[in-house]
Amino acid sequence: MIRFGKKLGAWGAVLPLLGYCAIALGLPIWALLWEGLHATDPVTQQTSVSLSNLTASWHGIYLTGLLDSLRLSLLSAVISAILGLVAAYAIAQSRGRILKQAILTASGVLANFGGIPLAFCFIATIGTGGVFQSWIQHVWPSFQLGTFSGIEVVYPYFLLPLMVLTTLPALDGLRTQWKEASANLGGSAWQYWRHVGGPLLLPSALGGFVLCFGSAFAAYATAQALTSGSVPLVTMQINAVLSGNVIANQNNLGMALAVNTIVICGLMMAVYLPLRKRSAKWLES
Amino acid sequence: MHRTAKLACAAAAVALAATACSSSKGSSAGDSAAGSKTDWSKATSATAGGGMDALVAAAKAEGSLNLITIPATWANYGTIMKDFQAKYGIKITDANPNGSSGDEITALQHDKGLSSAPDVVDVGNSHAVPYTSLFADYKVSTWSDIPADLKDSNGAWYGDYGGYISIACDAAKVAPAPCPKTFADLLNPAYTADYKGKVAMSGNPTTANAAFSAVWAAALANGGSLSNIQPGIQYFAKLKANGEYNPVTDTESTIQSGATPITIDWEFNNSQFASDLKAKGIDLTVSIPSDGHYSAFYDQAVNKYAPHPAAARLWEEYLYSTVGQNDFMGGFARPSEFTAMQSAGTLDATAEKNLPTVTGTVAIPTSAEQNAAQAALTSGWATALG
Repeated sequence: MIRFGKKLGAWGAVLPLLGYCAIALGLPIWALLWEGLHATDPVTQQTSVSLSNLTASWHGIYLTGLLDSLRLSLLSAVISAILGLVAAYAIAQSRGRILKQAILTASGVLANFGGIPLAFCFIATIGTGGVFQSWIQHVWPSFQLGTFSGIEVVYPYFLLPLMVLTTLPALDGLRTQWKEASANLGGSAWQYWRHVGGPLLLPSALGGFVLCFGSAFAAYATAQALTSGSVPLVTMQINAVLSGNVIANQNNLGMALAVNTIVICGLMMAVYLPLRKRSAKWLES
Repeated sequence: MHRTAKLACAAAAVALAATACSSSKGSSAGDSAAGSKTDWSKATSATAGGGMDALVAAAKAEGSLNLITIPATWANYGTIMKDFQAKYGIKITDANPNGSSGDEITALQHDKGLSSAPDVVDVGNSHAVPYTSLFADYKVSTWSDIPADLKDSNGAWYGDYGGYISIACDAAKVAPAPCPKTFADLLNPAYTADYKGKVAMSGNPTTANAAFSAVWAAALANGGSLSNIQPGIQYFAKLKANGEYNPVTDTESTIQSGATPITIDWEFNNSQFASDLKAKGIDLTVSIPSDGHYSAFYDQAVNKYAPHPAAARLWEEYLYSTVGQNDFMGGFARPSEFTAMQSAGTLDATAEKNLPTVTGTVAIPTSAEQNAAQAALTSGWATALG
């Protein structure tokens, strides 16, 4: 009886929020689906139910865009997750309290530093006429900022701090005593990380990775400013059909493209949530 | 159970953050044209509504005008808006000044009936032709001065100003090579090394009209036509293969910093850059490529459900008056009534002298040609340049 009451209490408390979510998230998704599944005839201006937009969004340049977006965000999330974790570990190990605070604050700022200002910073440093252009031409002759590899260099600039920000608390939680206990029982460094440190870190590391992926997948202004659409990304394509100066009358295609991105994020969560649950179970037991 | 509840809370928090950015809309009903018996929202010309004096009186009574996506630095709009406000005492609100034609159309569709809805729009031709059902037919007093291929025969939209695609160049940053004057110059093997990474447009041609037009101009210079934009895409692929093409969007600051010393853009943008940068010691030359003459016009249209129907119409009368048209030219754009004003002798001589010289005439693409070019560019651009 008490348990039931508790359950009801928790759900009761969350009910207004769920209602809010239904309106703030459910309605837009419903609207996207509705518009994505309708097409307007360019001549008669008659709107009818049609799969043509969804079909178009899975073919040709739009499929390339979706795949490129996926490739770009997965790769930059992997790079940022690995480097970020190493960096966060180094910071966690340092004794300086001020250093740690400063880095946390800086990460909070840098994780939100994106868009055109970031693109321009890179243009001014390693772009044409940039301060370090001759240096980068020397170490990486084929490098061009406005290409896939160019974006791959820029994205970790805001993803890495995001990873540090999400994993530093967990790394701080690893107590020296556990490492000592493991050593006392004859465990090697590898065994400690395999059986103690790793599993403890896994949930937040996975969370950080997913955040990095989402942030890279949704990013748009930086890539637009750097590549001018020569690297097809789904976010830029949505912008081009919905809010451009060139393509008119294709709003419904934009909605269909947006539905695709929701599907991708949904799939990502479908992989992430069970993984997270598994590692969290280990922590509880 | 608690975990699920926590998860729901987290989702709600994300939703909150996401919607915090969305703006609220005004709610009051549209103002009525007080002090006038004419329903200006139905008037198809100043004469039909009772004459210019009646229009001015009705517009003054409305007291304000909603514009959208009018950057003050674009085609001299800053001066035009200031002078209009001073002359008639009508307050101008310019929403989303850095938006796009697509945003303007979206605002017309979604703000119907709101007092904050835009009264008039200034859109690229690709965004005027398909949406005549959103516009009110209106013919300004100087209607006959606008060339026939720049206007809708019913008066739904009408070209206000335009220009040619031009090549701007900062000679100091491309030396020892000379400044390119044509599309062919840019591919001259003798200059390739000096132009490396320096040729830019106004961004993404699937989004920016100026960049889209630059590709089309390049097509005309390389065997393409108004019905074939493909050679233009090929041309930029070649520029990219040479390492000359720089995908950075050109702005005054990218030219100043030396990131984009060569820019292919509307002549009014390039000339504005040149005029502004002169004070900063940068000498930018602007030339219209003789091998690729491409010109396009922007269009005016009155919102069918304009909250200030008289002020909207008065704004159009002002833009198409000798003063308004000359003001566009003061911002280095070519007014649509240029030829008529030339024969009437009403062109501003100083502003005319500032326009780069062009020889010959140029054809304007039809709506069907635009649609075909958009489709070809959308599917071909990233593939050719990726």
